[in-house]
Amino acid sequence: MTRAPHRIGTEGQGFNRQRLAGFIRKEYLQILRDPSSIIVAVVLPLLMLFLFGYGVSLDAKHLKLATVLETDAPEARDFEASLRATLYVDPVRMANRAVATDALREGTIRGIMVLGSDFGPKIAVGQAAPIQILVNGTDANTARIMGGYAQGAWATWLLQREYANPGSQITPLVVEHRVWFNSGLDSHKSIVPGLMAVIMTLIGALLTALVIAREWERGTMEALLTTQLTKAELLIGKLVPYYILGMTGMAVSVTVGLTVFDVGFRGSFIMLFVTSSAFMLVVLGLGLMFSTLTRNQFAAAILAITATMMPAILLSGFIFDTRSMAPAVQVFTYIVPARYFVEALKTLFLAGNIWSILIPNTLALLAMAGLFLTITAVKTRRRLE
Amino acid sequence: MMSHSPFAEALARIAFLVKREFRAIWRDTRSRTILILPPIMQLFLFAYAATFEVNNIPLAVLNEDMGLASRDLVADFTASPAFTSVARLTSAQEIGPLIDDGDALMALRIPQDFSRKLLAGKSPEIQVIVDGRQSNTALMALSYINDIVERFSREHARTSGIVPSPPQLVTRAWFNPNMDSKWFIVPGLVATLTMIIATVITALSIARERELGTFEQLLVTPLRPPEILIGKIVPAAVLGMGEGLTLGLLGVLFFDIPVRGDVLLLVLGLAVFLLSVTSFGLMISALTSTQQQAQIAAFCFIMPAVILSGFTTPVGNMPETIQWLTLFNPLRYMLEISRGVFLQDMPMSVVFEHVWPMAIIGVAAASAATWLFSRKLQ
Amino acid sequence: MPYGLFFKDLTKSFATPARHVTALKGVSGELKPGQITGLVGPDAAGKTTLVRLLAGLFDADSGEIGVTGGTERPRIAYMPQKFGLYEDLSVAENLALYADLNGLDRTTRERRFAELHRFTGLAPFGKRLAGQLSGGMKQKLGLACTLVVPPDILLLDEPSVGVDPLSRRELWTMVRSLQNTGIAVLWSTAYLDEAERCDHVILLHDGVVLDSGTPRDLNRLVDGRAWKAALPDDSSVAAKRDLQRAANQTRGVVDAQIQGRTLRVVMTEKDAAPDFASSQFAPLRQLTVKPTTPLFEDTYLAALRAKRGDEAPVAADIGTYNVQAGQNANGRPVIETRDLTRRFGAFTAVDRVSFSVKAGEIFGLLGPNGAGKSTTFKMLCGLLPPTDGTALVAGFDLGRSRADARSHIGYMAQKFAYYGLLTMRQNMEFAGGVYGLRGKLLVERLKDAVEEFDLGPYFDLPCGDLPLGIKQRMALACALLHSPSILFLDEPTSGVDPETRREFWARLNALADDGTTILITSHFLDEAEYCDRMVIIYRGKLIASGSPDEIKRAGGDETRTLNEAFIALIEDYDRATNNGVAA
Repeated sequence: MTRAPHRIGTEGQGFNRQRLAGFIRKEYLQILRDPSSIIVAVVLPLLMLFLFGYGVSLDAKHLKLATVLETDAPEARDFEASLRATLYVDPVRMANRAVATDALREGTIRGIMVLGSDFGPKIAVGQAAPIQILVNGTDANTARIMGGYAQGAWATWLLQREYANPGSQITPLVVEHRVWFNSGLDSHKSIVPGLMAVIMTLIGALLTALVIAREWERGTMEALLTTQLTKAELLIGKLVPYYILGMTGMAVSVTVGLTVFDVGFRGSFIMLFVTSSAFMLVVLGLGLMFSTLTRNQFAAAILAITATMMPAILLSGFIFDTRSMAPAVQVFTYIVPARYFVEALKTLFLAGNIWSILIPNTLALLAMAGLFLTITAVKTRRRLE
Repeated sequence: MMSHSPFAEALARIAFLVKREFRAIWRDTRSRTILILPPIMQLFLFAYAATFEVNNIPLAVLNEDMGLASRDLVADFTASPAFTSVARLTSAQEIGPLIDDGDALMALRIPQDFSRKLLAGKSPEIQVIVDGRQSNTALMALSYINDIVERFSREHARTSGIVPSPPQLVTRAWFNPNMDSKWFIVPGLVATLTMIIATVITALSIARERELGTFEQLLVTPLRPPEILIGKIVPAAVLGMGEGLTLGLLGVLFFDIPVRGDVLLLVLGLAVFLLSVTSFGLMISALTSTQQQAQIAAFCFIMPAVILSGFTTPVGNMPETIQWLTLFNPLRYMLEISRGVFLQDMPMSVVFEHVWPMAIIGVAAASAATWLFSRKLQ
Repeated sequence: MPYGLFFKDLTKSFATPARHVTALKGVSGELKPGQITGLVGPDAAGKTTLVRLLAGLFDADSGEIGVTGGTERPRIAYMPQKFGLYEDLSVAENLALYADLNGLDRTTRERRFAELHRFTGLAPFGKRLAGQLSGGMKQKLGLACTLVVPPDILLLDEPSVGVDPLSRRELWTMVRSLQNTGIAVLWSTAYLDEAERCDHVILLHDGVVLDSGTPRDLNRLVDGRAWKAALPDDSSVAAKRDLQRAANQTRGVVDAQIQGRTLRVVMTEKDAAPDFASSQFAPLRQLTVKPTTPLFEDTYLAALRAKRGDEAPVAADIGTYNVQAGQNANGRPVIETRDLTRRFGAFTAVDRVSFSVKAGEIFGLLGPNGAGKSTTFKMLCGLLPPTDGTALVAGFDLGRSRADARSHIGYMAQKFAYYGLLTMRQNMEFAGGVYGLRGKLLVERLKDAVEEFDLGPYFDLPCGDLPLGIKQRMALACALLHSPSILFLDEPTSGVDPETRREFWARLNALADDGTTILITSHFLDEAEYCDRMVIIYRGKLIASGSPDEIKRAGGDETRTLNEAFIALIEDYDRATNNGVAA
């Protein structure tokens, strides 16, 4: 039986404010010496907000639609003119189908609307298929939107035509739309809060993914193990500075969102702070976990980028609605932390303090933070081997 | 030593470097797993996730009308694949909490006098309340509502025996007849995931050698700086090519993505694309001295490149200045080629139109990397 | 009552992916209060494992570790081989960090820092970043961080590796001065002169304690087995090397070493003088041998070889391996620097250094850490362009010339510079391939290298976790694959055990005899004895140059060792410049 007289480093018990403060101070100095972390926390959010804010627009507007008129019926011209009135499509008259199909192939237009030679006669008797619409289906999303617009425009035109006809028997329903939370259906208002979640995911993971692996690679971990620093102090010491940095990034994002993108804010800032803090712990915990599990900066870096960036964009509900995804994929989105934060942020910014959303999401975040940090703690050895 | 032409000698040196780099990336089980597994998982997840198709929108119905017509209208809504009825409400107070909590995305309220007005030939009113937090879903929901309502009134008129069936608009989608967004997203993922891996590998490569202490040994060998850079580019590009083709193959096998164009054109496009993105990776590598910096810098390149490529949203929707910026983004061109070859049988001349800008970007980035690298050695 | 530590029957094994290694096989011993216990042994003997076990960083598979004396738990401080200083933090910040982490009271802190500053001489460098310190200063700072709270037991794992002689002496003095506090110290080392000064020595080999006791006790093993012979006054370095080789080939010789103008010999049998009279080599026949007092180094080698049952000196049967070198051994200068200068901002790292090296010479580039030695070396290899002046190697400026000029040189970096994950074969294929070796030629060269450097058993293992001595042999083999005419070696023997060092030098000697020019930097001044000529660089300036004898003469008293001459020269220089400042 080994009767070890002591163990170096495990002499430290519980929390010691001095040790913790000393360790945090060290992290703080390292952050100051290598400005790349500060760039991540402050410059990156700005860059991403502006890129997304201006670069990503989900409202497909002014889609170029070629119109080919094979008839000179006045109705055809009338319909074409009605297209011009919408914001969504920009009709471009083209001479014939051949010219238009070439343009479609080259991608200079998104779709073709052909009004056939029998348009006039057929419309008069109400027969089918006088108009053909061809869209470039490569980009299915835009194609669908395009198709929808054309369909809508056609329906509207038909209706108007019939109302204008004194003998019309159609009684139209009047639909009163009320869009809550984002009455203009401005995609910025929905993107920017989601974007903040994406930004925070990336900042958190990028900041901490390398910080423990680096200690192992540079040999400083062995020296730390010889001190009284406890595991809890090590992890908290790694969390606190990056938490502050990350929250600074969050504050920058919120300020820009409110002032530049004018998204408005309906919830309470205290709740925003609480939820963001919970989320920050999740992503920092995730980074620390990668770092601890790999102990290798190269692997941790690749893992952090591949495991956080794309899922945060695609699976968080930030752009694509999670409710429309395949059920199996929907299940998967529950392990994407950004999902919870996106939901909470959209609610806080656009709807207000809706506790029934904020509380479960925040709790889910806290649970995930707990999980990641526990894994990290378990895998953090106070020993070599 | 055997006497060969200097060029053959240089090629042979590069070959040895390439072999070593390959082994260095490939031998470590951890890095091998990290390189292979995530992209494949991501392909499957994202193919299903990245869709603007809206279906099963949770709908709450408050029908205050007792008439037959209102029940028909509700049936029209629930029969549509776009909506799933989640609640039948009895009072208007119930609407608020349902929408707030996100349990229902939309509420349909039919007032008491709906059937009566309709029979009287007056326009009845209905009310829809939509959650705008997810703006594009809301937008789609509204257009579905309009569709249904319009069809309803037409149907009503027809059953009353007055109006002939209305002229139909026929929409046909080229290249993707079912307008399946997987067909759109998978060729995009082939390019995007490939880029991420290839860029990160090259971006970290030199910083890693510096931190491991193998870099100076490399510099005293007869390898010249451009040879070292080529030796770093080739393994990453070859891995990227393997990765891209594997992902494409999986797309064809599992998502029935067609291959309408010439696969060789895709390979050509990928090759030029990979050379240009790995050159960006090398620029990062030459500029940074630690792996941490390299990782952050790689990220700062990848993120905008993905956003400004048309991967999720069309370039055409972006503001003019940003569209202009996308001209410098190799991914933008590769997406066109990838989608073009898979879905469109893109002719060779059009493929070349997208290849040469990538080639120019690649050559510029490679020259910049060489310059930065040589400068850093001073 | 002061604390001590004992350990009994410790065993410890590790499973690596490639193999299962038993590092310690039942090791017992004791650290007595107020004593420095030396832990010596070749690479992979288990020294680091033992120190880490005592430090509590590993659990032993079996065995016992216990405390002697005292009533409470002792405070144990441990300094790892590569102490993890934060290079981006300043000296003061590092010290403050470890003070905080070890719970040093804020009230006593100032006093303790002042003591440590005085003790280490780091006071003037408080604001400097640790990354910018020299190797010696880093170790001193590491020691200061370790000692920040005065410990009862201090464990040091090879504290003097990579440290120049001057700093090494200072480190030793620092630790020695702790003794009167009753602290028990374990000092693991590859330097046998340090071991000799310890109070107690544990000699570890292959996970087993070969012997332990005071150095004097241990030296009884070689009583009556050490002999010396004075060499003729005018012996050239080459002649000395020949004499050494011939002596090593004499029957019954365990080890023959040149020390200045003396040849020291250790024999296998007691009281049996070496039989030089019947040697084939005429100059050896003329030497007269006398008995001499054994050194700890003699004991070490004799003990290790007896253990292995192989008493032939390592150096006896070394071939040259370098096939082409002989062709240009005509004594013309192949390396030449003229007013070589390198400035980093306002700091001049190398200040107008001029020297030349002739073909077939072993040329030493010596100096304390951070004196400009490495910077000079890097400029010669073309890794760093000079600010001013020229450095020509084989007529080329390596920084600017075409790449094939570099194929004339072989280079061995200070740090092991091959991918640890790849096997030795894969690394060596690359090392040969980039120098233009192809196909059959490459295969043959690899085969010869494996044979010559005895790398067979390791050839297909990942080279990252091989023992240091094997790695170093592999690195030399890699540097020689393409048969370079000039070999650059940057502190090749740093941290390498004495036996491996002997073997290494035997190889270098053989290479030089065949005409390879060798430029070497080193911390081991006793090794410099084998250099034909050398320069000493200090504070960026060349302060002495010449043959070992000339250097010793320049240092003052001729009978001193090179080590002493070196320290004297540096101290003289410091005095002279300080006086200059005062005047």
